[in-house]
Amino acid sequence: MAEPSTTLSPASSDSSSGAPAGRRAGIGDALRALELDTRMVGMIGALAIVWIGFDILTGGAFLTPRNLWNLSVQTASVAVMATGMVLVIVTRNIDLSVGSILGFTGMVVGVLQARILPEIWGFDNPLTWVVAVAAAVAVGGAVGAAQGAVIAYLGVSSFIVTLGGLLVWRGAAWWVTTGQTVAPMDGLFKRLGGGFEGAIGAGPSWMVGLAAVLLSVATILVTRRRRAGFGFPVRPRWAEGVVILLVAAAIVGAVLVVNSYPLPAPVVRRMMEAQGLSTDGGLPFVAHGFAIPVLIAVAVGVGMTFLSRRTRFGRYVFAIGGNPEAAELSGINTKRVMVMVFGLMGALCGLSACIATARLNAATNANGTLDELYVIAAAIIGGTSMAGGVGTILGAMLGAMVMQSLQSGMVLLGVDAPMQNIVVGLVLVAAVYVDTLYRRGLK
Amino acid sequence: MTALATAASHAATAPLVEMRDVSIAFGGIKAVDGVSIDLYPGEVVGLLGHNGAGKSTLIKILSGAYAADHGEIRVNGEPVHIASPRDAKRCGIETIYQTLALADNVDAAANIFLGREKLTAWGTLDDHAMEAEARKVMGRLNPHFRRFKEPVKALSGGQRQSVAIARAIHFDARVLIMDEPTAALGPAETQQVGELVKQLKQEGIGIFLISHDIHDVFDLADRIHVMKNGKLVGTARVSDVTKDEVLGMIILGKCPPGAVPGPGAAA
Ligand SMILES: Nc1ncnc2c1ncn2[C@@H]1O[C@H](COP(=O)(O)OP(=O)(O)OP(=O)(O)O)[C@@H](O)[C@H]1O
Ligand SMILES: [Mg+2]
Repeated sequence: MAEPSTTLSPASSDSSSGAPAGRRAGIGDALRALELDTRMVGMIGALAIVWIGFDILTGGAFLTPRNLWNLSVQTASVAVMATGMVLVIVTRNIDLSVGSILGFTGMVVGVLQARILPEIWGFDNPLTWVVAVAAAVAVGGAVGAAQGAVIAYLGVSSFIVTLGGLLVWRGAAWWVTTGQTVAPMDGLFKRLGGGFEGAIGAGPSWMVGLAAVLLSVATILVTRRRRAGFGFPVRPRWAEGVVILLVAAAIVGAVLVVNSYPLPAPVVRRMMEAQGLSTDGGLPFVAHGFAIPVLIAVAVGVGMTFLSRRTRFGRYVFAIGGNPEAAELSGINTKRVMVMVFGLMGALCGLSACIATARLNAATNANGTLDELYVIAAAIIGGTSMAGGVGTILGAMLGAMVMQSLQSGMVLLGVDAPMQNIVVGLVLVAAVYVDTLYRRGLK
Repeated sequence: MTALATAASHAATAPLVEMRDVSIAFGGIKAVDGVSIDLYPGEVVGLLGHNGAGKSTLIKILSGAYAADHGEIRVNGEPVHIASPRDAKRCGIETIYQTLALADNVDAAANIFLGREKLTAWGTLDDHAMEAEARKVMGRLNPHFRRFKEPVKALSGGQRQSVAIARAIHFDARVLIMDEPTAALGPAETQQVGELVKQLKQEGIGIFLISHDIHDVFDLADRIHVMKNGKLVGTARVSDVTKDEVLGMIILGKCPPGAVPGPGAAA
C-alpha cells in the first residue's frame, strides 16, 4: 500500500528539522532519509519474527504458499472490520458490537439470497450477489449509524451503547430465522469467501500486482513532485528509489506466493474436462492467484487509508481524537462525524459479513461471535492508541495478520483452543505495553 | 479609514461587536452576570480582571463555545444568533483561546486550517497548499519555526501559541479575540505579537485583548473593560486612567473618576 509522505502519524521524522546534537553517521541517517515510520517497521519486523519462528517450529510447514494463502483468506474479514475500528478508537470510542452486527447482517444477506431473491428472479441470477452485498453494507451502515446517533446526540458512552448492541444484534440475528441456519449461498456470492472458485488465477493476479506497483509508484512520485514544486524538503533520490523498490518487491512477492499455490488435482481435472481437454498427458500447474476476499480487504485498506489521510472526514476524525474540544471550537460538527464513523464501522461489518457468510457457505446466527475482540485487538496491536488520536489503517491490517498468524501457527503446532486464547490475550496486553513504552519514549 | 479616525467617530458608527446584558451560570455559579461590552473597528479593547473573574467565559459566549443564558449580541448593530463556533466564524469573529484549543496529534498546517481545509480539484485535502500557506503565516509570527511536519504536541509552548495565533489571523477576521495570547511566549515573540496587534488594528480589525500584563494592555489597548466576580466593574479609555487606578478596579472593584462604572462597581 502506498503511504503518502505527508502523514498524521507522530512517528514520522522530519528531514527539515535540525539535525540531532550527537551526529551518528551511517545507518541512523540513512533510515532518517527514508522517512520510514519506525512503528510500522517494528510491526513488520514482529510479523516476520512470528512467521519465521512458526516456520522453524513447524519444520517448514508455515511459510508455504498454501499456508500463507489460507492465512490471507482467514485474515480478510477481521482485517476489513479492523480498518473501521481504527477510526472508532482514534475518536476515543470503542465498538463492542461489530461481531454481532456481522452476525445480524450475515443472516439478512443469507435470507435475502437464499429465500427472498430466488422467489423474485429464481436461483443463479447474476445480480443476486450484488444486491446481497449492497443490502449487507446498507443494513450494517444503518445499524452502526443508529448506534452512533445515540452515542453522539444522546451522550451515552460508546462502551455502553455498543455493549447493548452486542446483545441486541446477536439476538436480532437469531430472530431473522428463529435460529435456523440458511444454506447454501448463491454461487457467485460464494466467491467472496475464497476457496478455489474465489481465486482469480495467475494471469489476473499479475495484472493486479502490476496495477498496484504502478499506482504506488505514481503516488510516491506525484507526492514528491508536488512537495518539490512548493519548495518543501523531499527525500533524497536514492531513498525514494529504495522505498519504491521495497513497495514493488512486497507486491511482486505477494503475487509470486499466491501464484505458486496450485489448485487441487481433482479441480484441475474437472476444469480441463469441462473444456474438453484431454488429461492423459498429466495435469498442468494451475495456480490459485489472489483470493477475492483478500482483494476486497486490500481495496478496503487502500480506500480507508485514503479516507483517513486525504479527506476532510479523516482529518476531522483524527482532530476529534487529538482534542475533542478543539475540534468543536474549530467549527467541526463533531456529532455528525461521530455518527459517520460508527455508520462506516457498521457498513464494514456488513461487508465482512458477506465474506464470512460466503466462506462458510451458510448464514448462522453465531457467525462473528467474539470477532469484536479480534478486531479491537488487531487495531491495537497495529498501533492504534486507546487514548485516541493515533492509529493507521495499514497497522491495523498488519495487526489482524499478526493475530491470524499466531492462531494458524498454533493450529499447525497442535496447540489446543484454550491455550490459543491465552496466547492471543497475552500478546494483546504485551502489545499495549510496548505501545505505552513507545509513547513514553516520544515525550 | 485610519484607526484614529475610527476612534474619533465612535458616536457616529455602530460598534463592530456589542454584547448587551449577557449572563451565564454554571450550576448556580454566575460566571458572567449582566455584562455589556463593545468594540469598534480598528480598536483594541483590553479585558481585565483577576483569575476567575469571568473573562474567558464572556468571550467564549462571543466565540460560540458557550450559549448565553441571557443577553444579546450585535455585530455591526444587527442582532445575531451565535449558537456555535461556526456561527461566530461566519460573523468574522476569530478566537485565540487561553487553552489554545489545538489538536495535538496533527501538524501545524492541519491545525491552522482545521474546519476550513483547502481542497484540491478532486475534493481531497490539499496538504501541500496548506503547508505552503502555513509556512507564510507562521513566518510572520515566528520566523525560525521549521517543524511543519510534526504533530503540535511535539512543539514548545511558545510555538504552539504561535500556531493558535496563526490560525486566528489567517482567515480575514473582522473581530479578533485574544485570550492571554502571549502567556507562553518569550520576549521576542511577545514583541512580535504586539507589532501584529498594531498592524491588524491598522487594517481596521477590532481586537479584544485579555491579558494579566497591565503594561502590555496599556501599550496596546485604546479602552479597557474590567470584570470582577462575573460583573463589569467599569469601562475606561486608557488615556483617562492610570495603571494604579486600573489595579484598584481589578482588585477592589473601585471605579476611578476617569471610568464609566458598571453594575459590578463597588459603592
Ligand atoms: N465550563 C464551566 N463549568 C463550570 N464552571 C465554569 C466553567 N467555565 C468557567 N467556570 C467558572 O466560571 C468562573 C469564571 O471563569 P473564567 O475562566 O471565565 O475566568 P477568567 O477571568 O478567564 O480567569 P483567568 O484569568 O484565570 O483565565 C470561574 O469561577 C470558573 O470556575
Ligand atoms: Mg481565562
